[in-house]
Amino acid sequence: MNNYNVVGKRIPKLDAAQKAMGRAEYIQDIKLPEMLYGKILYSRYAHAKIIKIDVSKAKALPGVHAVLTGEDVPKKMVMGFYKDNPPIKKGKVCSFRDEVAAVAAKTPEIAKKAIDLIEIEYEELEGIFDPEKAMEKDSPLVHEYHKSNVLKLPWKLHYGDVEKAQKEAAFVVEDRFSTTWVTHCCMGTSGALALFDAYDNLTIYSNTQIPSLAQKDFLEALKAMGLENKRARVIKPVIGGAFGSKLDTYAYEHIAILLAHKCRKPVKITFDRVEEFKATSTRQPAIMHIKQGCDKDGKLLFRDIKMVLDNGAHTSWGATTPSVMMMPITSLYRVENVRYSAKCVYTNNTYAQAMRGYGNPQATFAIESSMNMLAEKAGIDPIEFRRINRNHPGDITPQNFKITTCGLDLCLDAVEKELKKNGSNEQGVGIGIASLIHVGGGARIYKSDGCGAIIKMDDYGKVNVFTGGTDMGQGLDNITAQIVAEELGLLAEDINVVHTDTDVCPWDVGAHASRSTFVAGNAALGAAKKVKKKLLKFGSKILDAPAEDLVLRDRLIFVPNDPEKSMPIDKLLRKTHFSPGGTMLMADCFYDPDNENLGQDFKGNMSMTYTFGVHGVKVKVDEETGKVEVLEYVAAHDVGQAINPLLLEGQVYGGVIMGLGYALTEEVVHKNGEIMNANFRDYKLFTAKDAVKIKAPVLETADKDGPFGAKGIGEPGCVPTAPAVANAIYDAVGVRIKDLPITPEKVLAALKEKNG
Amino acid sequence: MTTNISFLLNGDEISYEVKDHWTLLHLLREEMGLIGTKEGCGNGECGACTVIVDKLAINSCLYLAVEADGKTIETIEGLASTDGTLHPIQQSFVDNGGIQCGFCTPGMIMSSKALLDENPKANREEIKHALAGNICRCTGYIQIFESVEAAKEPVVENPVVENKGGQNE
Repeated sequence: MNNYNVVGKRIPKLDAAQKAMGRAEYIQDIKLPEMLYGKILYSRYAHAKIIKIDVSKAKALPGVHAVLTGEDVPKKMVMGFYKDNPPIKKGKVCSFRDEVAAVAAKTPEIAKKAIDLIEIEYEELEGIFDPEKAMEKDSPLVHEYHKSNVLKLPWKLHYGDVEKAQKEAAFVVEDRFSTTWVTHCCMGTSGALALFDAYDNLTIYSNTQIPSLAQKDFLEALKAMGLENKRARVIKPVIGGAFGSKLDTYAYEHIAILLAHKCRKPVKITFDRVEEFKATSTRQPAIMHIKQGCDKDGKLLFRDIKMVLDNGAHTSWGATTPSVMMMPITSLYRVENVRYSAKCVYTNNTYAQAMRGYGNPQATFAIESSMNMLAEKAGIDPIEFRRINRNHPGDITPQNFKITTCGLDLCLDAVEKELKKNGSNEQGVGIGIASLIHVGGGARIYKSDGCGAIIKMDDYGKVNVFTGGTDMGQGLDNITAQIVAEELGLLAEDINVVHTDTDVCPWDVGAHASRSTFVAGNAALGAAKKVKKKLLKFGSKILDAPAEDLVLRDRLIFVPNDPEKSMPIDKLLRKTHFSPGGTMLMADCFYDPDNENLGQDFKGNMSMTYTFGVHGVKVKVDEETGKVEVLEYVAAHDVGQAINPLLLEGQVYGGVIMGLGYALTEEVVHKNGEIMNANFRDYKLFTAKDAVKIKAPVLETADKDGPFGAKGIGEPGCVPTAPAVANAIYDAVGVRIKDLPITPEKVLAALKEKNG
Repeated sequence: MTTNISFLLNGDEISYEVKDHWTLLHLLREEMGLIGTKEGCGNGECGACTVIVDKLAINSCLYLAVEADGKTIETIEGLASTDGTLHPIQQSFVDNGGIQCGFCTPGMIMSSKALLDENPKANREEIKHALAGNICRCTGYIQIFESVEAAKEPVVENPVVENKGGQNE
């Protein structure tokens, strides 16, 4: 057992009191002198030519400071990694969320009125809304210049020999699964506030998970505007939830920048809820064909998966989710022969983005549903089937992932024990499980997977940590504070974590891939170790004791069992400043994990370590109505080491409930590209009434590379939820639902088909 | 059109000339600068804007400001003591992980307060019912329920024990 003073403790979130008092300032709460309100006009069609735009009436409205159309956007200002998305469209619209104009006005009311006064003449074009049809030769093109609706992306791998393995397999199953659009539903809607100083330097307040990369995007935007060699400062207000939605930069940010520059005043754009549903991105919808086979003893021999992903009209990170889907496809359980390909296809629907799990929930839905089907075919208990094939520490998977710690066996045991505690033969009641693998030690998506941290100690025993990591509610500030406090012998409350401003915070690639505890945590730990060394060296001089005998704990520096040699840390700190030849106690650390980019063959140890988990669920299916009730839920994770169990449980509970929404209720309903349920009445999130009992056993395998042994746990909670539920429904009533969400209608239809 | 209204806000007597189309949320946030009350949907669906009017939790985004005339209104800003001590419900949300991103928090706490003021011994089902109109995307609600339960008046026979983690609804 470890003997930590701060790490591993249930320390409440350091900003919680501020939030509980209503004092936290979100983008909605920020007002600056002379600030104008921006508003965006969206397309009225899924696919249309813009014939004419008349903004004269809007411009003439008193209180309107600027009106922009696509003509006002610099040619080189294009968003997304595929560079197919200008912030305001010109000539043609390709989806209902396409921006066609924007205004800045004195009040939100005037801005809205001005938007309504913009007259646009469209010529409607035939739309394409089904990605499989969009791949056909004579399909309308979403972007004529692209020549094809299929994006030029490299998602294809084949390890081992799937054809050969298939011939050798004793049991094979094959099926088609699909997942639909779901969206983040951050309670704080999106928004940005941009302003320029007298020298054309930009400051932008924005809800972002990627301050450093956003800064790069905004600098490119400035360059496109002809503003070379300027500064872009990104300030993050308190973020009202993110879940991946803020992993890219968006039209509203670029439009706020354009408006602010044109008006020479601060311009703020905040979304209302309808806009949040219609103009922010979704999880990537997927159509998945999967074939798996095992030998007569249940050893998995091959996995063969083909996917078609609906890219929507423009491209953001959703189109790169196959790179993460590869992880469960090649590495969840031991399987030597793997083939995978995915096509991302333009349609006139909304476009997808990162969302908690980044492709993993989709792929795991297909894999873990299929695993149960294969287990059944082979006549093996589904839990036993997973034990036969589970990953082991020391494994190197076909994608060259190096499995270091792996508590999958412990998780299987914990879930089986819980689920089988209260056996039930009740009609319509069943249990299901599903496992997960996820990156837990960073993820080298970019050339760097690094994060910087700077630590500054003051005269009073307090510490400022300037980190590149982003707290968006998940609690990274606490994790950082607890790690630093542990190392420096202080209390968590002595540590102030600053993560809000690119002018003072070091670089980081962003809060994604469950990487913050591991990477930002290790960066903070690295800086703390350097400060500690200085502190001990100075303490050794002042207390006249060898540095190696000194201990830092409970705000004291002391030699154990020697009451003479003890001093409060703050007193020692003052001496560092008020002594001849004084010094400052500061240190920095840039931690870039020793993981690898995926190569051209997609092989490479993407993460320093991998997080494993198993979810188990007991459901009751009402065969009259098709309604699925979740009776019990157990979500076991191997987290390496819990830095803060209170926050860890919050991540798991929140992830599971989000995952249950994915499994059972959530869908952004599209009709010919138009979103039909842009509100919380019709988009069915789990409410307090729907919340279920969750047990969350935490298994600690003390990963050697994690800060104090920790692995990432931000996303796993929602990864295997849907297949666990689907497997439980099958166990309960013998129908397998292969398309999410598993609505009562789908269950009833399947029951009807089964019962004839 | 404007109307002069008077109301009691967090114990202070307030007179205000309000436009007839203003919501109470608009009055609080945009006119009076009380940013603690949040707008999550503007449509009465998410509960982020919950305040207490004459002991009832209401969505201030659907409540016209003129209707506040003569009423007693409590907002999140009025809960903590003037010496800075948090209200027991606020403290309980802090201690029990009831807060992540915090955007739903003021509304959650106000709904919880209206419930516990009315029914200090509310059980889990009653808590779930009272919070059914407050959406949270971060927590999965579980630690919110625990927060409300821990803020209840202590019952001697069944003392509130420290959550040992991971084993509670």
